[in-house]
Amino acid sequence: MFPVKELKRSALISLWFAFLTFPIMVIKVDPIERTVNWRWDNLFFVALGSFVVSILAKVYLIRKERRAGLKKVSKAVTEPFVQRILREPRFLYPLSIAVLIFAISFPFFFSTYQTNIMTTALMYVVLGLGLNIVVGVAGLLDLGYVAFYAVGAYSYALLNLHFNMGFWAVLPIGGLFAAFLGILLGFPVLRLRGDYLAIVTLGFGEIIRLILENWNEFSKGPSGIANIPRPGFFGMEMNFDSGITYIYYIVVALVVFTIFVVNRLQSSRLGRAWLALREDEIACQAMGIDKTKTKLIAFSLGAFWAGLVGVIFAAKTTFVNPASFTFLESAIILSIVVLGGMGSIVGVIFGALILILMPEYLRALSEYRMLAFGGILVVMMVFKPDGIISNVRRSYQFKKHSSTAE
Amino acid sequence: MDYFIELFFGGLTRGSIYALIALGYTMVYGIIGLINFAHGEIYMIGAFTSFIVATVLSIYGFPLLAIVVIAGLAAAVWSSAYGYTVEKLAYRPLRNAPRLAPLISAIGMSIFLQNYVLLAQTSDFLPFPALIPEFEFMEPVAHIVGSSDLTILVTTAFVMLGLTFLIKFTKIGKAMRATAQDKTMAVLVGINVDRVISATFVIGSALAAIGGMLIASHIGQINFYIGFIAGIKAFTAAVLGGIGSIPGAVLGSLVLGLTESFATGYVSSDYEDVFAFSLLVLILIFKPSGLLGKAETKKV
Amino acid sequence: MRSGLKKKMFVAAVALGFAMALPAAGFAGDTIKLGVAGAQSGDLASYGLPTVKAAELVVAQYNANGGINGKKVELLIEDDVCKPEVATNTATKLVTDGVDVVLGHICSGATKAALPIYKEAGVVVMSPSATNPGLTQSGDYPNFFRTIASDDAQAKTEVDFAINVIGAKKIAVIHDKGDYGKGLAEFAKKFIENSGKAEVVLFEGVTPGAVDYTAIVQKIKRKGADAVIFGGYHPEASKIVSMMKKKRMKTTFISDDGVKDDTFIKVAGKNAEGVYASGPQDNSKNPLSTKAIADHKKEYGEDPGAFYENAYSAALALLNAIDKADSTEMDAVVKALRTENVDTPVGKIHFDENGDAVGVGFAMYQVQNGQYVEVK
Repeated sequence: MFPVKELKRSALISLWFAFLTFPIMVIKVDPIERTVNWRWDNLFFVALGSFVVSILAKVYLIRKERRAGLKKVSKAVTEPFVQRILREPRFLYPLSIAVLIFAISFPFFFSTYQTNIMTTALMYVVLGLGLNIVVGVAGLLDLGYVAFYAVGAYSYALLNLHFNMGFWAVLPIGGLFAAFLGILLGFPVLRLRGDYLAIVTLGFGEIIRLILENWNEFSKGPSGIANIPRPGFFGMEMNFDSGITYIYYIVVALVVFTIFVVNRLQSSRLGRAWLALREDEIACQAMGIDKTKTKLIAFSLGAFWAGLVGVIFAAKTTFVNPASFTFLESAIILSIVVLGGMGSIVGVIFGALILILMPEYLRALSEYRMLAFGGILVVMMVFKPDGIISNVRRSYQFKKHSSTAE
Repeated sequence: MDYFIELFFGGLTRGSIYALIALGYTMVYGIIGLINFAHGEIYMIGAFTSFIVATVLSIYGFPLLAIVVIAGLAAAVWSSAYGYTVEKLAYRPLRNAPRLAPLISAIGMSIFLQNYVLLAQTSDFLPFPALIPEFEFMEPVAHIVGSSDLTILVTTAFVMLGLTFLIKFTKIGKAMRATAQDKTMAVLVGINVDRVISATFVIGSALAAIGGMLIASHIGQINFYIGFIAGIKAFTAAVLGGIGSIPGAVLGSLVLGLTESFATGYVSSDYEDVFAFSLLVLILIFKPSGLLGKAETKKV
Repeated sequence: MRSGLKKKMFVAAVALGFAMALPAAGFAGDTIKLGVAGAQSGDLASYGLPTVKAAELVVAQYNANGGINGKKVELLIEDDVCKPEVATNTATKLVTDGVDVVLGHICSGATKAALPIYKEAGVVVMSPSATNPGLTQSGDYPNFFRTIASDDAQAKTEVDFAINVIGAKKIAVIHDKGDYGKGLAEFAKKFIENSGKAEVVLFEGVTPGAVDYTAIVQKIKRKGADAVIFGGYHPEASKIVSMMKKKRMKTTFISDDGVKDDTFIKVAGKNAEGVYASGPQDNSKNPLSTKAIADHKKEYGEDPGAFYENAYSAALALLNAIDKADSTEMDAVVKALRTENVDTPVGKIHFDENGDAVGVGFAMYQVQNGQYVEVK
């Protein structure tokens, strides 16, 4: 079944990898003691490993081709299973209610620690959904999303420090600050195209972080702001466990709210304008859509959500410093959106849960954790470039005349 | 005036290093329109390879010149090999995928390579052997321009000349330009586009490796994380000059290096990067395609 | 969806009521749980792993002697990668697992983020390495202690040395923009200005990992500084020192605990010669310190890493306090820590009102022939 030719190919691949990894994997020098440690066993493992992996990959590809061949015969345009469920209200509603019940009962069945991690993951769900408006729906590549997150977090930290303002008061303010900043930044940069926009937003994210780091009088610099109070519940004092649970519920509520809004937005006039803008700007203008205004709204709405989550972040960790808002953070949020499936709400939720929970549960792998993280990102993209759940929106354009928009 | 000259040369040195890395970004972008985030890591691997090879050779007592040549070659060869492999594994399968998929793949690759070197070697900073000797004729001006600055400037200049020649006059260079202009058309006139793309990665990686070796020798230390910041800066420089344009990448890098140097010298190093990125934003506002980028007019 | 939201809020409120009704669980286990938290992976792992080893050795020793009042000591080891947001997860996990006292965290930022969680849970925390002054001096964390002197004490040592021993008149204060480095540099600046004997000619931060530091070194030269005080870690320090040598400068370089690390000498090589750095007092004459290091070599076959002695001392102090107090309740342990003296590798210590160890201080060292030698 497995041709010799392929074995030969795999052998060549393994030879190539043995060569490729030779200096880094095999030689370890100690420049002080001036000794060289030749780790030949590593070479063997690399060769063996790449041989096995290349055979497995080939087998997978052969199978996939065969399946693709079969599909062509049957000729049926099969929608992915998940999407079909999502489109059918009679599946969707019970399912979302079940998920909601699970989410609400989560703290009762799992430890505070699990609840805490889940809170983090859900915060990233909201971040992902917010960025999804910008990147997935409106097609504006934003690499500095974390700046808005930082603005939210520092709004709460600073307003609380100086004016003793509470969580609930700052929550909308933080979001609005971020949205305002989004507009401010958006004006000059939104006329840039694709990747130029990406680098400018990246630069903007770095500028915000650097200002927070250097301007001590304003932000207390790198040592950060500590002792930020957790959200209050009608003035009740809460112990630690219930505090965590409470934030968890706030975040669950925010997730539900975000899903609701984002979902409605996507089917709105504005949402369709975004989609159109993503597909073809010029045609869009010809149709009479105000390009600048539409983009600005997308940008500031995305920022708004980042600001909200920022406030919650500050309340949850009770400590903020600029180190939490690096480019890597933006990259992770972007990965959530793309990995989950751009433009797809359910996809983003899955993406966030996977990417944020994975490193936590990979703790056992400890030092190999980030290696695995990077590797998984690549493998996922290579095998599923459209994301886990690819864009549901596309079906929107083929709606039948009898059905109304969701 | 001395101070100005010092800062000027410091900025040029820095800019030259950015240029060597930025070329890889800009060439890849010009041809397949991908921001190759893993390019900074290729630069780091080049520096690491030259570190390993140079240290081994010096332990076995080779003369300095032989060490420099062999370590430089090894760095270029292995970096190219990594560049080639990364393209083949992580980008080629995504040639027809949605625009952002290769970008995420590149970010993943970058994280992977960083941790690969971290695990296979060490997280510690390591002393990089002084491959660039202190020239005697430089001694009178050593407090202004050091030997390593001079070496970096001269090497970069030669590399740029070589690259220009390659792009302008060789067959592969012409194929690269054709592919950058119109991929479909290039295929129609019989260019093997896959091979051109591979060649682009190989050349870009080799340039980055040379940059890596030079800068590591200049600052005398290395660790697995050096690629990240250098990569972001070089990418900024490439965009500043107009991404996709080779002279643009060089110009952008020099402008960025000089800006950073003068900003530190006359204002404050606290906001060095803020100046760099603000300059980028300003230039892009007035010239949305960068300094030497062609303004794209889109036909309907 | 909207009705779901309303319902959810209702359920959440009910859930909250339940959660509040739960009494604060007392930790009456059969073992005494000593948590160890800090960076155990990532780029700062080398600062956190020695603490784990110190805790393992101390606990093994206690358990071999029958534990504390018949109870064995159990270790709970958790990684925080030195990131504040991860540290809160780590702290939550430890508290959920019923930890009694915690040895950690390693970085000041992570410690600050984690402390409120321990405070609410009534857990005493002792760090071997978090030097941010606010941790003790702010009075916000009555449950926090440390076996290392704070940054301001260190900055004071450096400034006194620069002014009184070196005789510097113009000092450039450089930092790495980090939590530790910048904090230290600010104290140094303040002390120099207050002394009236020298002036700060330059106060700036460098970007860690930047391609080169030529420009800042040129600036130091131009300002005519006769000494540089650097706050930060060794990679940046060795870059600056090497660049200064390349520029043929003879400015005195004074730095901190983050530079008083043998890696600095290895990386900077001969450029390191003559560099001053402050670091914890030399304990080599203390028999307990000798024993702690010997035990480490026997068990792990290598010399201990950063903050090992501080961590060893912290573990001893914590367990001793539990022993003396005969309880793991926060108030009792805190009281014991403040009143009972304990012999440790860093000397005979107890803790003051703020939580700083009394009797722990800094000394100045200089690199001479590839080694740090204490300057008297």
